[in-house]
Amino acid sequence: MTAPEVARSLDAFVTKTITPEPRDGNPPVRIAETGAGMLNSIGLANPGRERFLAEVLPRLRELGLPLWVSVGGFSASDYAATCSLLEDVTIELNLSCPNVDEAPEGAAEIVAACRESTQLPLYAKLSPSAWNIAEHARAAESAGADGLSLVNTLRGLALGGDLRPVLGSGTGGYSGPALKPVALAAVYACANAVDLPIVGIGGVCTGLDALELIAAGASAVGLGTILFADPESPARIRGELAAETASRNLGHPLAARGLALQSSRETVV
Amino acid sequence: MRRRLRRVAGSESFGPYTLLRIERDGLETGVPGQFFMLEAPGRVLPRPMSLCLATRAELAFLIDPVGPGTRMLCTLEPGAELHLLGPLGIGFDLAVERPLLVGGGIGIAPLPFLSQRLARSGGSPPALLGFRSEWHAEAAVLVPNAEVCIEPAFVTDLLPDEPHDVLACGPEPMLEALRLLVPPAQLAWEAPMACGFGACYGCAVEIDGELKRLCVEGPVLAGAA
Repeated sequence: MTAPEVARSLDAFVTKTITPEPRDGNPPVRIAETGAGMLNSIGLANPGRERFLAEVLPRLRELGLPLWVSVGGFSASDYAATCSLLEDVTIELNLSCPNVDEAPEGAAEIVAACRESTQLPLYAKLSPSAWNIAEHARAAESAGADGLSLVNTLRGLALGGDLRPVLGSGTGGYSGPALKPVALAAVYACANAVDLPIVGIGGVCTGLDALELIAAGASAVGLGTILFADPESPARIRGELAAETASRNLGHPLAARGLALQSSRETVV
Repeated sequence: MRRRLRRVAGSESFGPYTLLRIERDGLETGVPGQFFMLEAPGRVLPRPMSLCLATRAELAFLIDPVGPGTRMLCTLEPGAELHLLGPLGIGFDLAVERPLLVGGGIGIAPLPFLSQRLARSGGSPPALLGFRSEWHAEAAVLVPNAEVCIEPAFVTDLLPDEPHDVLACGPEPMLEALRLLVPPAQLAWEAPMACGFGACYGCAVEIDGELKRLCVEGPVLAGAA
């Protein structure tokens, strides 16, 4: 099993985040398992925009899948410049990596700058740490985002037996099963607040997890940590999703979209 | 290669370590130094383990119970099922004329299979093994033709004067010392991994100022690289 084989089993592939300059990423140790998830402090390791466009992107095209390029940076102009160089992809703006200092500009300003620089579909990937994520979703929508990716990892810390941080960089981004309720809450809140397609991401391990995110308002579901543990999980999750859908007489998974919102619309922040 | 479900055939203790034997049922061994991702029941991520021994019927992994995942693996009963993905990574280059196996602690794990593959009509290649205590050194019986030392003695004290092709696995200080003493040595390194097939970038280690993904560029790296 190789990474390209895993990618080919998906309906679309999201790249690691690309920054203007190459980045080695954070010092080892860069991953740590916890009771219900994993912490990573990869730190946006990537070959930089120039090499990505010249060497990596052409190879990814060979996968024959719709590509989503995750764009990162340290200023709105960084993001916008990368967006202006991309063609024939969907752009996901990583506005919320917990492993680098927050971008100095607000998410809405970055989305607006990117909107001016490209006609490609723009998805804003938001942090679940926001006090009121729906407000950020509305700001991204007003700034011209075409969709939302919900959610990025949460910042977390793991200590070893010596009571020192396990990760070389101290804290990291927390993903895996523990993130599912957090993602569900974010999708649920934002689906009520905006009229944008939402990719639900966070702790999906089973077809039922995927169906729950759709019920909370997502129109697509992303896999992350489960692909590391079980690279053959896409086929399994697809099968389970079909079975969960059929057992509820829904016809199609997207028939469940927003079901969770219907009885409690008034109570959502 | 696919992720496969296999049954535990049995396990034995060697000092603090457990040799976990798994029904092979068609699984490839790969090259010594390559590794498998072993599902750790009840945990989020699998654990990377180099193959320790191979027979026609079984693959065996030597496991040090250092955390919740490895402890789970060490307590598996015969008949229990787990998923394996492998063999993965780059193993040892076996085209060597005067092999000398060097291992430290749980780092001896790939050496029994390596010794098996390097054995000639003249016998098994020589091995130098270092351990923290007599208890840990109980695992030395897994490696034939081995000279064993216990701390405060180190394997580097036992290195012969005449040149050898060193193939080693052990704790980082041991591997760093071997890099300096025997620059062309083939060294098997260790790092926590989430996936084992190049996707997570979690196992990057700094070698000579460069970050390398151990799962696809290693875990065996030439010392002078």
